[in-house]
Amino acid sequence: MKSETGFDHDLYRLFPTHRPRPKGEVEELERIWDNPKGWGLLTVVNNNYVGFFYVATAFLFFLLAGILALGMRVQLAAPLQEFLPQETYNQFFTMHGTVMMFLFAVPMVEAIGIMLLPQMLAARDLPFPRLSAYAFWAYFVGGLCFFASLFVGLAPDGGWFMYPPLTSIAYSPGINTDFWLLGIGFIEISAIAGAIEIIVGVLRTRAPGMTLDRMPMFAWAMLVFAVMIVIAFPSVILGTLLLELERAFNWPFFDPARGGDPLLWQHLFWFFGHPEVYIIFLPAAGLMSMMVATVARTPLVGYRLNVLALVATGFISFGVWAHHMFTTDMPRISAGYFSAASMAVSLPAGIQVFCWIATLAAGRIRWSVPALFIVGSVLIFVMGGLTGVMVGMVPFDWQVHDTYFIVAHLHYVLLGGMVFPMFAAFYYWNGMTSRNPLSERLGRWVFWLMFTGLHVTFLPMHLTGFMGMPRRVYTYLPDRGLDLLNLVSTIGAFTIAAGVLLFLLDLARNFRFTTDHDAGNVYGGGTLEWLPTGMYSTRSIPLVRSREPLWDDPAICDDVAEGRYFLPNSATGLRETIITSPVNAEPQYLQLMPGPSPWPIGAAAFTAFFFLSLTVQAYAFAWFSGVVATVCVLRWLWETDRPIAQKEADIGAGIVVPISVTGPRGHGWWALNTLMVVMGMIAVMGGFSYLYLYGIHPEVWIDAPPLGQTALVAALLAGAMIAARLARYLLSRHEAGVFPGQGPWLTATASAALIVGALYLDMTGWQAAGLAPADSAQGATVFAMLAYQACLAAVGVIMALYLGLRSGRGLLTTPANVTMDVVGRFLFFAAAQGLALSLLMRTIPG
Amino acid sequence: MIEALWGWPPPVFDPAGPYAESVTTLAWVLLGMGVAVTAIVVAALWVALRGPDALKRKLGGERTVWIGGVAFPGVVLTALLVWGLALTASLTADITGDEMRVRVTGEMWWFRVEYLDDDGNVLVADANELHLPVGEPVVLELQSADVIHSFWVPHLSGKKDMIPGRTTLLRVQADRPGRFGGVCAEYCGGPHALMGFVAIAHGQDDFRQWLAGKARRQAASAPGGGAGRRQFMDSGCAACHRVAGTPANGLAGPDLTHVGSRQTLGAGILPNNRGTLIGWIGDSQSIKPGNRMPSYDMLSAEELEDIAIWLEQQK
Repeated sequence: MKSETGFDHDLYRLFPTHRPRPKGEVEELERIWDNPKGWGLLTVVNNNYVGFFYVATAFLFFLLAGILALGMRVQLAAPLQEFLPQETYNQFFTMHGTVMMFLFAVPMVEAIGIMLLPQMLAARDLPFPRLSAYAFWAYFVGGLCFFASLFVGLAPDGGWFMYPPLTSIAYSPGINTDFWLLGIGFIEISAIAGAIEIIVGVLRTRAPGMTLDRMPMFAWAMLVFAVMIVIAFPSVILGTLLLELERAFNWPFFDPARGGDPLLWQHLFWFFGHPEVYIIFLPAAGLMSMMVATVARTPLVGYRLNVLALVATGFISFGVWAHHMFTTDMPRISAGYFSAASMAVSLPAGIQVFCWIATLAAGRIRWSVPALFIVGSVLIFVMGGLTGVMVGMVPFDWQVHDTYFIVAHLHYVLLGGMVFPMFAAFYYWNGMTSRNPLSERLGRWVFWLMFTGLHVTFLPMHLTGFMGMPRRVYTYLPDRGLDLLNLVSTIGAFTIAAGVLLFLLDLARNFRFTTDHDAGNVYGGGTLEWLPTGMYSTRSIPLVRSREPLWDDPAICDDVAEGRYFLPNSATGLRETIITSPVNAEPQYLQLMPGPSPWPIGAAAFTAFFFLSLTVQAYAFAWFSGVVATVCVLRWLWETDRPIAQKEADIGAGIVVPISVTGPRGHGWWALNTLMVVMGMIAVMGGFSYLYLYGIHPEVWIDAPPLGQTALVAALLAGAMIAARLARYLLSRHEAGVFPGQGPWLTATASAALIVGALYLDMTGWQAAGLAPADSAQGATVFAMLAYQACLAAVGVIMALYLGLRSGRGLLTTPANVTMDVVGRFLFFAAAQGLALSLLMRTIPG
Repeated sequence: MIEALWGWPPPVFDPAGPYAESVTTLAWVLLGMGVAVTAIVVAALWVALRGPDALKRKLGGERTVWIGGVAFPGVVLTALLVWGLALTASLTADITGDEMRVRVTGEMWWFRVEYLDDDGNVLVADANELHLPVGEPVVLELQSADVIHSFWVPHLSGKKDMIPGRTTLLRVQADRPGRFGGVCAEYCGGPHALMGFVAIAHGQDDFRQWLAGKARRQAASAPGGGAGRRQFMDSGCAACHRVAGTPANGLAGPDLTHVGSRQTLGAGILPNNRGTLIGWIGDSQSIKPGNRMPSYDMLSAEELEDIAIWLEQQK
C-alpha cells in the first residue's frame, strides 16, 4: 500500500509487540479517564456517558411522541369523536411529527453514533468531547422545554412542515408557532455540532490501519449522514429564521402582496426535509449492514457496493425535494425531473436491501431477537419503498398526496428503515453498556407484537387513503366507509404500544448501565467495539488489518488488553487519542483531549434559555442568557490550546509522533472547515431565496445602490481578507516560544473592524437607495442577509478580542497556534462570504 | 349526515372522467408491481433463511445485488418513468381556452365557487358545490383567500393546491352524471377536517338550464319575505353573507343567494334541510368548532326557524 503521509508501513510489522508492559499502566489509564461522581456526573464529557444519556433522552422522546400518536388513534377510532378537542389534536399531530423527526430520529442516530463510533474506531473518545456534551445538553434542555409547551396548550399547531401563510402572524397569532421556529432552529444547531464531531471523528480518529476500505459500515453511514446534515440543515435553519423575521418584524418573505411567495418556504423546507429522511435511514442501514453480517456469521456481501449506495443516496437525495410539491402546479419539465430523481434514489436502497439478503443467503443465520428485527425490517422497508416508488409517479401522487396513503407509506419507511433497525441495535449492542443481556424470550414477544401491530395499523391506511381520507384531520364523517378501517388502525397502534411496553419491562428487568463489567459480545460480532474496554476505551489501540479483525485474528482481544498495540499507556499523563490520516489511517499525531468540565453544560443551558426567552419575548433575559452562554463557551475554550512542554510522544513500539499540530493536518482545521460549509450553505440558500423571489415578483424590485459604493464595500471586505491572512503570517514569522508583540491580534481585530465597517456601509447604502425590510420581498431578503452577515461580524469581533486576551496572557505560541488559526480563517471566511453576498445583491438585478 | 359520496368502491378506483381514469389504470399497475416485488423479496428472504443449500449459494453473492438491486429495478423503474412522464404530459396538455371556466377560491374553511362568462366576469356566485356539464372539460381557476388549501375530487382528477398570490389551473371532466365528494386536502388549520364540498355532474342541457336559471336569479330580487328576511337583516347576517336582490351584501362568508338549492351545509358536512339550517345558525360552533361563523344562540327557536324558512326559499 502506498503511504499517504510518509508513514513507513513496515513499522506495522512491529505489532503485536512482545515485551511485557510495565505494571500500573492500566491503573494510570483508569485514573486519567476516571469520571466525576455524584452531581459531578453532569460535567462528564466522555462518550460512554454522553452517548448513553443521549440515547436515553432520544428514546424518551420516542415514547412521548408515541403516546401522542396513541391519543390521535383514540380520537380517530370512531367518526366524530370528542376525545381530543380540535386544537389539541392539531397540536398533537404537529408535535408527533416534529418530535419524532427532530427530537427522536435525528438525535437518536446521532446519539448511537456518539456512543458506538469511538469503540468501533478504537479511539479513546471522539475528537471534541466537550462539543458532544454541549450538543447533548443543548438538545436535552431545549427539547424538554419545547415538549413542555404541550402541557400549557402553547404547542405549535401548524403541522411539522409549518407552511406559511398558515403559520404567518395573520393566521397563527399565538406564540405556538414561535416555539416551533425557535425550538427547532436551536435543536438543529445541536445536530450540526454533533455532525461536525462525527465527520472529524470518522475521518481522523480511526485506529491505525483502518483504511476507508476497512471501515465498519456504520462509520461509513455516519460519515455520509453527517455530511448530509451539514448540507441540508442550513436550509431549514434559514427558513425558520426568515419565517420568524416575518412573524416578528413583518418582513414579507412569504407574503405575495409584497412580492413574497409561500412556495419559497416549501423549497427551503423540503430541500432539508427530504434528505432528512435519508439522514435518518442511512445510519440505521449502516447498523443493519453490521448486524446482518454477525447474525448470518459471514462478512457482508457487496461491501463496496454498499458504500457506493450510501454515497449515491446522499447525492441523489438532494435532488428530490420538490416531489413533495407535485400538486403545486409546477412546470411539467420540473415535475419530470423530480420524478426521475425520486425513482433513481430507490436504486441505492435496493442495492443495500439485496446486499443484506445476499449476506443472509451466504451465511447461516443464528436466530435471535436482533435477527428477527433485521428480517422484519427488510420486509417492512421494502413495502414502504415500493409505495415510495408509486408516489414518485406524478399522476399517482396527485391522487394520493396528503392522504392516509402517504401516512402509511412514510410509517412503513421510517419504521422499517429506522425504528426496527434501532430495536435490533438495542438488543445487539446492549452488551456494550449493560451488565446483563436483554431477554431473548421477552424480545421475541416485543418483535412479534410490534411487527403485527405495524401491519394492522398501517396496511389499512393505504386503503383509507384511496377512499379519500386526507391527512391531518382531527375527525371524519360517518357513512364514508372509513369507520372500520380506522378502528383497525387504532387496535394496531395499541398492539405496537404493547410491544414497546414489553421492551420497557425488559429494560427494567435486565438493563444495568456499566462501562467496564458489560455483558459483552453476546452475538459474536467481528468489529472493534467488541474488544475489551473500560472508560478509556481499549487498553491499547489495535492495528487494523481487515474489516472484521475479531473474526480474523483470535488473539487480538488478548493482545489489545495486554497492551501489545498502539498507546498501551498514557504517553503524556493526560487524556489523549491518536489522530490518523483520513484515507489510510496512518498515525499522524497525538491529540490531547479535554476532560470533564461544567462549562459545556452551562453554555448549553444558557443557549437553550436564550432561544426560549426569545420565544416568550423575555428579551432582557434573552440577552443575559446569550452573554452567559458566550462567556461559558469562551471559558471552556480558555483551558484548551495551551503551550505544552512535551512536543513528541512514543505511541508504542518506539514510534514517535508529534503532539498537537495546526494547519490542514490538525483536527481543528477539519472541524472549522466543516463549520464553514454550514455557514456557506446558509448563504447559498439565502442567495437562492433572493434570486427565487426576484424571479417570482420582479415588479416590486428597486435599483441597487450606486456602483461606486459597491466598489468601496468590496474594497473594505478585500482588506479584511488580507488582514486576516496577515495576522497568521505575522505569527508564523517567529520560530518558537510565545509571540512577543501585539501584531497578530491587532491585525485580526483590524480585519473584524473592516468587516463591521463594510457592513455599515452596505446597510446604509441600501437604506439611502430607499429600501426598507418591511416594504418588499427584496427589502426583507437584503436585510436578512445583512443581518446574517452582522452575526458573523459579531462573532468575528468576539474572536479577535478573545485572541487579544490570550495574547496578553502569553498563550499565543509560535509559529502556529490553533486559536490563531481558527480566528484568522474565520475572519477570512466571513469577509469572503460577505463579499459574495453583497456583490450578488448589488449586481442582480443590474 | 349527507348521503354517502365516498365509501365503496374507493373513489381513486372508481373514476368518473378521463382525468381520473388513466390514473386509475396507473394505480392498478403500480399496486400489481408492489405486490409482485414484495412477493419476490419474501421468496428471496425465504431462500436465504430456510432454502436448500444449492439455491442459497446462488443467492449469496454480489450477483444477487447486481440483479436484484440494480438491473431489475433499473428496468422496471425506467419503464414506469417513461409511462409516468407521458401520462403527466397528456394530463397537463395545454388548456385551449374555450373551456368553460369556474373560479374556486379556498377560504378558511369553505369553498367559494364562481361561474365565469367568456370575459371572465362572474355569472353566478355560489359556494361549496360545483356543478358541471357531463362530457365537457371545465377549467377551474383555483385561488386562495387566506392560507394554502388543496382542491380534490378523487372521482374526477388528482388534487391541486390553492396558493395565495397564485392562480393554479385544474381541468376536470365528468363522463357520467352523479354526485362526487370533494375535500380540502392541504392542512389549513382549525377545522380543516370539516372542509368539503360536492361536485354534481348534469347532462349538458340540464346544466345549461341550471346555470341560466341561477344567473336569472342573481339579477332578480330575492323571493319570500316577512319575519325571516327581517330577522336575517337585523341579526347581522348580512355583514358576512350576500343574498342577491337584497341589501345583504357581505362577502366574508358564503354567498347565500342559492343556499336553498344546495345539497349540503357547513361546507359539505350536513345535509341541507330546515332542521339542519336551524341547527347550523344556532350552534355552528359545536357542529364545526373554530369556523368563522358565531353560534347565534341568542336567537329564539322561533327566530331561528323564521330565518331558516326564508333561507330555504333562496334557490
